[in-house]
Order: sequence, then C-alpha cells, then structure tokens
Amino acid sequence: MGKTLAEKVWDAHVVRSAEGEPDLLYIDLHLVHEVTSPQAFEGLRMNGRPVRRPDLTLATEDHNTPTLNIDRPIADPVSRIQVDTLRQNAKDFGVRIHSLGDRDQGIVHIIGPQLGVTQPGMTIVCGDSHTATHGAFGAIAFGIGTSEVEHVLATQTLPQTRPKMMAVNINGELPEGVSAKDLVLTLIAQVGTGGGAGYIVEYRGSTVEALSMEGRMTICNMSIEWGAKAGMMAPDQKTYDYLKGRPHAPKGSEWDAAVEYWDTLRSDEDAHFDVEVDLDATTMTPFVTWGTNPAHGVPLGASVPAPEDFDSEVERATAARALEYMALTPGTPMRDIYVDTVFLGSCTNGRIEDLRLAASVIQGKRIAETLRMLVVPGSARVRLQAELEGLDKVFLDAGAEWRAAGCSMCLGMNPDQLAPGERAASTSNRNFEGRQGKGGRTHLVSPAVAAATALTGHLSAPADLIGV
Amino acid sequence: MEAFTTHTGIGVPVRRSNVDTDQIIPAVYLKRITRTGFEDGLFSAWRNDPDFVLNREPYNRGSILIPGPDFGTGSSREHAVWALQNYGFKVVIGARFGDIFRSNSGKAGLLVAVVAPDVVDELWESVETNPEDQLTVDLENRTIAVGEKSYPFSIDDHTRERLLNGLDDISSTLLHATDIDDFEATRPSFKPKTLPAHTAD
Repeated sequence: MGKTLAEKVWDAHVVRSAEGEPDLLYIDLHLVHEVTSPQAFEGLRMNGRPVRRPDLTLATEDHNTPTLNIDRPIADPVSRIQVDTLRQNAKDFGVRIHSLGDRDQGIVHIIGPQLGVTQPGMTIVCGDSHTATHGAFGAIAFGIGTSEVEHVLATQTLPQTRPKMMAVNINGELPEGVSAKDLVLTLIAQVGTGGGAGYIVEYRGSTVEALSMEGRMTICNMSIEWGAKAGMMAPDQKTYDYLKGRPHAPKGSEWDAAVEYWDTLRSDEDAHFDVEVDLDATTMTPFVTWGTNPAHGVPLGASVPAPEDFDSEVERATAARALEYMALTPGTPMRDIYVDTVFLGSCTNGRIEDLRLAASVIQGKRIAETLRMLVVPGSARVRLQAELEGLDKVFLDAGAEWRAAGCSMCLGMNPDQLAPGERAASTSNRNFEGRQGKGGRTHLVSPAVAAATALTGHLSAPADLIGV
Repeated sequence: MEAFTTHTGIGVPVRRSNVDTDQIIPAVYLKRITRTGFEDGLFSAWRNDPDFVLNREPYNRGSILIPGPDFGTGSSREHAVWALQNYGFKVVIGARFGDIFRSNSGKAGLLVAVVAPDVVDELWESVETNPEDQLTVDLENRTIAVGEKSYPFSIDDHTRERLLNGLDDISSTLLHATDIDDFEATRPSFKPKTLPAHTAD
C-alpha cells in the first residue's frame, strides 16, 4: 500500500522504533521563543547538558515584545526579564537569536519561511501551538510543551506516537472576496474544536493548489484550532518558487538534489487515510466568529445563533455562556455588530500579502471614528517590505496605527490588549475569553473583513463598501 | 518526576466544555521563568466569581479536576499543567483533551485520565451530591473509585509506565545516543542549518 505525505516525512525521521514505545523522531528544526523556553534551558543547566544541535535551532523574541518604542528597554520589568533570559540562554548555549530591533526579528512562524529554513520534508517543532504553519511547505510541524522543548534541545529528537491520517479535500474556486482565512474558519465550524484530535491532516485539492504560499500558511496555521496534531500540504512549484533564493534555501546542485526529493513528497494514489473530509470551496462566503472558540463561526451574512441550535447539553451551556461573555443576543445579524478595535496581524494573517490586501481595501479612505485599528506586521522584514511599498502610509493616512512586529494583540501578552468589554475584529486565531485582554471580546475575521470593518465600524466585507 | 501510583482526593466538577489553556492560565501570567508560582493565574478570570467552583468548600481543597470535553485545547503552554499542579491538582478526569495539554501533563507528572462521556456525567453527579466523598484514582489498575462505584479510565501504556516509575524522558532517550548519531550521519546535505547565519542583507 502507498504512503501518505505525512507518512513519508514521518518514516524518513524515525531514529528508533520499538514495539510498545513511541517512535523516536529526529527534529530538523527547532524554533525557540522567550515564553516557553526559560524552564527548558534551566533544565539543561541543572543537568549539565548542552544544546545538541545549535545549528538546527533558531530563537527569536515575539510574544512579549512591545510594538511601540522598540529602541528603548522593555517597560514591563517581568517581560524584560523573560526576554533578557532568552538572550542570555542563546549566548550561553550558542543558539542563533534574532532580537527585538534586528531586521530578522518577528513572529517565529513568519521568520522561518522568510529565512528559508522552513523547507519541504522536514520535521519542525516549537514551543508554540501554531507551529503547524510550516506544514504549508510539506513539513511535519507541530507545537510542543516546555518539557519537550528541553528534550529537543538536549537530544534533537522527540518520542512521538504515530498519529492517524486525515485528508481534507477542498475543491473548487473560492468566490471573489473569500480567502484562506474564511475557508479555514468554515472548516473549523463544521468539524468542531476537537475534530482533528489525534490526526495529522493533509489539506489538498484544487482550492489548496490555487492558493498562494501565504494563504496555505494561514490554513495550516489554524490546524490546532480544530485539534489536529499538524496540518500539511504537498509541496509544488509555488513552494519551490517561494523558497528559491531565500537565505537558507539550498543552492546549486544542493537545490537540484533537494527538489528531486521534494518532488516525491505527495501522497500516493493508494495511500490510506483514516478519515476524509470534503469541502466545496465554491459555496463559501466571508466567515466570522460570534462566540468564544474558533468553531463558533457563521457566515458574515448570517445571524448570532441561539443555544438551542446546539446538539448536546454541554454545548448549549457553552454557547449560552459564550453569548453572555460576548454580550450578544441570538438573532442579531453579524453585520450589525459594532467593534471598538480592529487588529490586523499575527502568525495567521501578518504576512505581506495580508497587509497588501487590507491596504487595497482601505486605500484613500478613513477608518470609522468609533474605533482604533492596529496594524502589526508579522516580522520586521514584512514591516520593511510594506514600508517600501508605501502600505504604512495607506494605513496611517486612514487613521490606523502602524506598529513594530510581534505577536501583539493576538494574545495580549505585551501592552497591546483589549480593555474589559472592548470588542475587536481580529485577524488572529483565537477568540477565547480574555485572550486579547481580560474581558475583551474577539471576532475572528479575514484581513479583507478586518479592513472593511475598520471603514464601516461594524462587521463588513469589502463588497459592502460599494456605493458607501 | 515523582512516581504516581494512586491518589485520593476531592473531585472538582467544572461543567464547561472547551476549557482552553488561555482559560486555565491567561498569557499575562506566563512571564515567569520558573516552574512554580503559577497557581495565582489558575482560572484567574473565573476565580473572581464567588460562585466559581474553586471558591466553594470543599472544592477549594480539591485535587482531582473533572472538566467537560475538550479540556486544555489551544495554546501549547505547559504553564497550564504547572498552574494546576502548583494549585494542588494531581489528576484531571475527562472525556476528551487537547493533544498538547495531554502530552505536557504526561511529561510533568499530572495524570490525565480519559473516561467515557457518561462517566463524566456520573462523576459530576456524585461529587456535586456528596462533595466530601473522595475519589481514589488507581493508575496501576486504571480505575477511579468513589463510594461503592468503580470506573475504568484509559491512558496509553507508555505514559502510564513512565508515570508509575517517575521516569525522565531525556535520560531514557540519551540511552539511545548512538542511534541518534547514526541517524545524523545519514541526513541529506541539503537539509538547512541555522548556523552559520545567513540573512537577506
């Protein structure tokens, strides 16, 4: 029987396999940031262990870092200690780090692809659940906890039980104005937050093939939001074109050897998937969330659901609680929801393509006076590129704030937070209670919806702007 | 890691599904560089509510958490496990968990016991009716006993073995260091390295 893409990559990384034990997997790239690593480095120190492969390790500062006044010391002393600790650990253990102010600093999942260290056929881990982003290149990439971070630092391997295999087949052309973000929110609403638990998911089909690398990353990024271990896509010419010439992409004959291998990274015709899910892209519309988990989503043209619309008692209770937290009444059209803040950024939608799209909607207009809009590029280089293209000016002229790179309001660990009761349209990945600030209310949206919402003040798509 | 054989304690019912790790401990509490002191952040948004289960006797003395399905979804933060442990929890019993949370728990020594959804309902009923009746979780036999009743739970063999023996993963893996050396010798030369550092400048 043939193998799936995931099985091919998995099998190529098994260091040791024994009956009744998880496989010991070799890790090709370990990405490190300040929040989930200090206790891991401390563990190495206590046991007198070195980092086995500093040359397969890359650190950056993103979760805690401010997006204003980045040339000054970090104002929050606790954040500063955590960032300083990472810098010291990187120095002590010989790990490459891109610190705040460096042109290669940024959200860990943006800088990997940007530097070309994310490549097809790799195993990539990071102490961050959005690591599946790198799966868009045909890598097995997944988030790990701090104990596992220490394990990878010490051994460059991880014991892992082989997950089950799922295929999500997405076919057809996405309608005008519908993006990868709408697609993945639609999928999650259909399968639920636990629908992917225990699976490595391969997204495939004509819709996926037609997407840009940025769009593919957006979909793989949100794999964890429906519980999947990892999400991945077969590499193709678009993948190669994206990679070619990047600082760490193979060169010369190495490139040819790599491509020859990468070309084999497709699921075989007779590969077996434990589960297959089929989606029709042609019926999709802009999609937004109303509640407090990413599966609480509906089309922008729909209304806020009622608890009675849910099947189980526990889901009805969760929906009722979500409605209370979000201060929403069932039956309210989603378009009638006014927001106080629009956040454009994150590892989900903080890439140059996202900023270009939002800027194209906003160009020459002013954002609503009732709200603030934060534009936070995913990396320092995305910021520089945007400035080169004049996108910063588009946002600033419209009345938005143009910030420095980092995770920012996606998780509100730095000063970029919602106030209690404040409502946001956010291009990030999680609408959990308090995620963007204690008491804050989050609606997950695409960059296009974020931009249109910024102009009208209430949840909107660019199509709503015609004639306004 | 401390070995786990059995634990007896008060069960704490949390009748909510999708309790993600941001609810278990919000990001603002993740700035510590130690593994201790995270109990203050545990369920911090909910603990302001005097009716929240952990603010009520005897659940405030509980050590066995019984949440709804999809507990520990979302962020990979192991701080969620540490916060539960720092507070005093030894076991979490539920029908379904976030993968990373479950894996982190196994590494850190918090027992995640998976039971059928109707068992969760029965346990909720039991600990709400007779809160002082302690539960006994027996890892050797994979059972949860309360009053006259006993329920089976599942946990994968490997994690169970490690918890029973208090084994540290890194030491176990390093026993196979030559396998890792051998594997490394076969890696294709086109695989990227982060050092020496190249940038676009």
